[in-house]
Amino acid sequence: MNQPGPQPQAQTPPQPRLQTPPQPIVKLSGVGHRFGSVQALDDLTFEVPAQQITVLLGPNGAGKTTAIRAITGALSPKYGQIEVFGADPRTHGDLVRPRCGVVSAKPALYDRLSGYDNLLYSAQLYEVPHSQLRDRIVSAAGRFGITDALDHQVGGYSTGMKTRLALARSVLHDPDLLLFDEPTSGLDPESSQAVLDLIREMTTDGKTVVMCTHLLAEAEGLADHIVVMEAGSALVTGSPDELTRRYWPAALVILDAEAPDQLDRVAQWPGVVGYDRSDVARVQLDGFGRVPDLIVGLARDGVRLTRVDPRVPTLEDIYFAVRRESAGDGLTPILYDNPARNAEPRVGVHS
Amino acid sequence: MTATIPETPARRSDAPKMNWKRMWLVARTDLKQLLQAKDYWVPMVALGALFFLVVPAILLLTITKIGNVEIVSQISNTLKVLPQAAQDQMRGTTPEGRTSFALAVFLFAPVAVVVPLTISTAVGAATIVGERERGTGEFLAHSPASVREIYLGKLLASLIPGYVTTIVGFGLYSLLVNIIAGPDVGGWFFPTAQWWVLMFWVIPPFLAFTLSIVLRLSAKVKSTAAAQQASGLVSLPLIMVAYGQSSGSLFGAANSGWITGAVAWVIAGISLTRGVRSVTRARLLGVADEV
Repeated sequence: MNQPGPQPQAQTPPQPRLQTPPQPIVKLSGVGHRFGSVQALDDLTFEVPAQQITVLLGPNGAGKTTAIRAITGALSPKYGQIEVFGADPRTHGDLVRPRCGVVSAKPALYDRLSGYDNLLYSAQLYEVPHSQLRDRIVSAAGRFGITDALDHQVGGYSTGMKTRLALARSVLHDPDLLLFDEPTSGLDPESSQAVLDLIREMTTDGKTVVMCTHLLAEAEGLADHIVVMEAGSALVTGSPDELTRRYWPAALVILDAEAPDQLDRVAQWPGVVGYDRSDVARVQLDGFGRVPDLIVGLARDGVRLTRVDPRVPTLEDIYFAVRRESAGDGLTPILYDNPARNAEPRVGVHS
Repeated sequence: MTATIPETPARRSDAPKMNWKRMWLVARTDLKQLLQAKDYWVPMVALGALFFLVVPAILLLTITKIGNVEIVSQISNTLKVLPQAAQDQMRGTTPEGRTSFALAVFLFAPVAVVVPLTISTAVGAATIVGERERGTGEFLAHSPASVREIYLGKLLASLIPGYVTTIVGFGLYSLLVNIIAGPDVGGWFFPTAQWWVLMFWVIPPFLAFTLSIVLRLSAKVKSTAAAQQASGLVSLPLIMVAYGQSSGSLFGAANSGWITGAVAWVIAGISLTRGVRSVTRARLLGVADEV
C-alpha cells in the first residue's frame, strides 16, 4: 500500500521582517528602580531598534510606564545603564528629551487652555522656530483630525479628542523617538483603531516608536519588536517572528471528522511531529506547508473532515506561552488550546 | 532584587544653562490659565476691593463728613502713641485731616499689604501640586524644561498676581484717599516717600520669600487641599512678619525701609536658591523619589 500521507519536505522557517537588524537607539541594561519598598524595575534589559514599533507588553504594574520615564530621564534609576541616542538621560536629559515625544496614559493637557494654546505651549517649550509655529500646529492638528476644535477649551474635549490632541502635541517638534503609554486608554474600539493606524503611519516617516500596552490585541499586527514585561523585568524580547519561532516552534492544525478515530492515522505520517486527540485532533506539523498534503491524504483515505483549522499563533498565544514558561510550566503551548483565545476580541492581561 | 552593581551616573561639567525664555513661557502659560479661572480671580478681586477701596472709603468718609468733633478729636489723640518719627510725617491742620492722614498711611495701607501676599500664596500653593493632580506634571517632566526653569517659572507666575495687585490696588487706593481726604490734609499726600520704598523695595522680597516656602510645600504635598492647608499654616506667620516689618519700616527712620528691604532680599535670595531643590521630575510625576 502506498503511503497516503504527505511527502517529506524541507521545513521553511519564517523569515524575519528585516534582514539587517536596525541599530538600537535605546539600550537599557540591568536597570533597577525602587519606589519605597516596591521594586518597580528589576534588572530590566532591552533594546529599541530604530524606525520600528517596539511594544512593551505586560500586565498593570509590570513597570512599562516606569521604563518610559527612565528613557526620557523623567525618572533617574540608580542602577544599571541607560543609553538613548548614545547619551545617558539621567545626566544628559537635555540632549535626550528634546528628541522625544511622549503621550502619557492620562493625556496631560491643560483643560483651561484651548487646543491651540496647548500645542503652542509644547511647541515653544521644545523650541520650534517661531516662524514655523503656526504651520506646525495647523499641520499636526490636521493630521490628527482636530483642526475644528483647536479654538475650543480642552476641558470640553471628548476623551478621543484629547488623545488626538496629545498625539498631535507629541509630534509637533518632529521628534526622533515617540513614546506612547497606553495611548488608547479609555477610547472606544473605533477611536482606538484610528489611533493605532496613526501610530503605524508615524513609522513610515522614519520615527521610532515605543508603545506600552496591556492589550494583546492592540500590539497584534502593530509591533515590530516586542518586550514582554513582568514585575519590572523583561521576560523576553524579540520580533513577533522570533518569538513565534521560539515559543511556538511547530505549526498546529485542529482537525475534526465525522469519524474522529479515523484521524489517528496521521500520527505516523511524515512531517507530523505531534498528535493528540480528545474532543478534536491537534496535529503538530513541521510547517504549515504540510497542510494541503494532509488534507488531500485524509480525503484520499475516505476520511470525511468536518473541521480544518490551521492555528497561526497570535501574539496572545505567544504571550501566554511566555508567561507559562516564566511561571515554570515549561514550553508546552502547542497541545493546549488557549481558553481565552476565542473569548473576546480584546483581551486584557491584568494580573 | 537588582543583581547589578549600583552605578552612579557621573556629574556633568557642561550642564545646560538657564533658558530664561523657557522660564518665562512656563510663567506665562500659568498666568494664562489663571486668567481663564474666574472661580479663582473673582473672589480675589473682591478681597482686594474690600481692603483697598470699600473699607477705607467708608471709614474716611465717616471721619471727614461725620461732623462729630469729639470723636475725631479722641481718634486724633490716640495717634500720639505713634513713634515720633511717624508723628513728624503727619500732615493736616485740622483734627479730621490729621486723623485721615494717619489712618490712610499707617492703618489701612499696611493692612492692605496682606492682600497681595494672600493672593500669591493661594496661587503658589496650587501651582506644582496642581500640575501633578491634573497629570500635566508628566508633560513637564518629559519636556526639555529644566527643574530650575520650571521652579522659577512657577515662582514668577505666583509672584506676578500678587505684585500686580500691589500696584493696581495701591494705585486705586491712592486715588481714593487723595480724593476723599486730600482736601482736609492739604493736597495730594499718598503715597508718601516711605510707601514708594515699601511697594518697590520691601514688598517684592517678602513676596518672593513667602512664595519660596509655599512652592516647597506645593512640591512636597500630595494634594492641592493639603498644599492650601500647609501653606496657610506656614505662610500666615510669614505674612504677619511681612506686614509687621513693612509697616514698621514706615514708622522708623528715613532709611529703615531701605534696610528692611535689603535684608529681606538677602533672605529671599537664599530661600529661593534652596527652594529650587524641592522641585524634582519625580515630584512632578507624583511618584516617590528614588530610593
